[in-house]
Amino acid sequence: MKAFLLFVRKEFYHIFRDRRTLLILFGMPVVLVTLFGFALTNEVKNADVAVLDFDKGPHARQVQARLLSSDYFGLRHYLGSYREVEAAFRQGDIKLAVVFPAGFSHELDHLGHAQVQLVADASDQNTATSLVSYATSIVRDYARQELPPPAPGTAGPHVEAVARLYFNPSLEAAYTFVPGTMALILLLVSAMLTSITIAREKETGTMEVLLVSPMRQLPFILGKIVPYFLLSFGNALVILALGVWGLGMPMRGSLGLLLLETLLYTFVALALGVFISTRSSTQQGAMLFSILSLLLPTVMLSGFLFPLESMPPPMQAVSRLIPARYYIDILKGIMIKGLGLRELWPETAALLALAAGLLLLAFRSLKSRLA
Amino acid sequence: MSGAATQLPGAVAGPVIRAEGLTKTFGAFTAVDAISFEVAAGEIFGFLGANGAGKTTAMRMLCGLLTPSGGVASVAGFDVGREPEAIKRRIGYMSQKFSLYDDLTVRENIRFYGGVYGLRTTEIRAKTEALLGRLGLAHERDALVGSLPLGWKQKLAFSVALLHDPAVVFLDEPTGGVDPITRRQFWDLLYEAAARGVTVFITTHYLDEAEYCDRVSIMVDGRMAALDTPAGLKQQFGAADMNEVFLQLARGAKNTE
Repeated sequence: MKAFLLFVRKEFYHIFRDRRTLLILFGMPVVLVTLFGFALTNEVKNADVAVLDFDKGPHARQVQARLLSSDYFGLRHYLGSYREVEAAFRQGDIKLAVVFPAGFSHELDHLGHAQVQLVADASDQNTATSLVSYATSIVRDYARQELPPPAPGTAGPHVEAVARLYFNPSLEAAYTFVPGTMALILLLVSAMLTSITIAREKETGTMEVLLVSPMRQLPFILGKIVPYFLLSFGNALVILALGVWGLGMPMRGSLGLLLLETLLYTFVALALGVFISTRSSTQQGAMLFSILSLLLPTVMLSGFLFPLESMPPPMQAVSRLIPARYYIDILKGIMIKGLGLRELWPETAALLALAAGLLLLAFRSLKSRLA
Repeated sequence: MSGAATQLPGAVAGPVIRAEGLTKTFGAFTAVDAISFEVAAGEIFGFLGANGAGKTTAMRMLCGLLTPSGGVASVAGFDVGREPEAIKRRIGYMSQKFSLYDDLTVRENIRFYGGVYGLRTTEIRAKTEALLGRLGLAHERDALVGSLPLGWKQKLAFSVALLHDPAVVFLDEPTGGVDPITRRQFWDLLYEAAARGVTVFITTHYLDEAEYCDRVSIMVDGRMAALDTPAGLKQQFGAADMNEVFLQLARGAKNTE
């Protein structure tokens, strides 16, 4: 019995003296609960909406007021033509456009029914579906509550909401799934493998020998990065081919641009891997750290599964540091919307900045850790 | 090898390693406290001390990995603080883990480390053949290093550390976990290297090995508590062997792990 208690005490020493175990024990649940509690909601709040009002009558104004006073929608643009609707979608400014046809109020007063058109950006299909159904119910409620009750025996006044989906009219799951998976796999493979291979050099003592040798840091880091760079790029091509030929993803934009952006993203992932490896001295540690710091945040905060718009501001701020977020936007932009660098430069710039920042961090970390 | 007369590229006149008041502090903690010593070319210099006595820190400064906080030191004629890169080209290093890649073959390991030190391919090829012949490893050239017995790995690691004809080779507990016969054979390699003019700077926990060194220094609490030939040290401390010398000195230590 005494031996048993001594053993239990020894185990507690192990646990409390190992920061990694502590982190998993206490840090992980906190992170998970926070993520599940705040981020994991498909509910959309304050989505950017554009209004195109050809009617300008009282009913159109009141329906707008109802839509915009709800928590779900926020007015972003007041547009003048269909062409502007398309432009706003391509810019990624808005998630939903509400179009009132000319004579909307007149028809509703005199015929008892009218149509309003809802146009949603379905390249993000989760958000699009939610937005259309929220808007539809608000529009229907308006007709039921604000218009005089129908004469007995006749159909009541009603507003019909006609939904139209942009970019992904059939709501193919592959449109969300393929870019997300690609971003995730590239990140995990590149970052995790690089970090493990550097940690292995430390474990076997070869790192020490290399440090004492005239070999500089840059060739060392690049020597680690390049092989995985090539492998990951091959990986990306396979996923891309699967997506296009296997799952029916469109390829509307430039393939060349897509490949360049993929190279950039892979580079970010590899720099991340180098950075992780400088912080862990064992292969196991590197692997664990990779999974915790890459897999979970990427799945949850990249917009892959859950809309970023509905997250609280702190979460949105964190998501800006997730490289996959930008890469997913770029993939969707090029493949589904056929965008070019002119529209996608902010995302590209963000990836470039992340790459530079991570590389700098990795270098400094390598220096201070190993010297 | 063409014999003891070969002039090494890194060879310099006078002491190969020279330290004067070499100091390293980490915050308030003084890891190495103003040590001064000289090591001549072709000398086997034993660097002893209990764990935490400051051996590793001192060695890292001499290898150009750490910048001294005070004092000066030069290795192969270059200042450790200002010219670490020049030093790195003129020293060899072997750690207690033997530091070869287990998943590469013998030849691939030699090829890689040769390349790291900037040797030309033809040079590496010639040296590989000579090295394998000398160690009797010719038949194992394409065997994975991971499959070799520990003693062979150790000899191979040492030979690889000498591949670029360094002026000094730093050995950090190079005989850990190896049986006494293999250790004796390893020391034969050290003597051969020293006879060719290579300075051997070695740390060890085996005090019988300290007897094999030309001179031995013993560090206690960051200071160099003793420095002499093994015979001189035994006489000075009235001890029968190096073990007794070491215990007398280390017993008063404050910093131990």
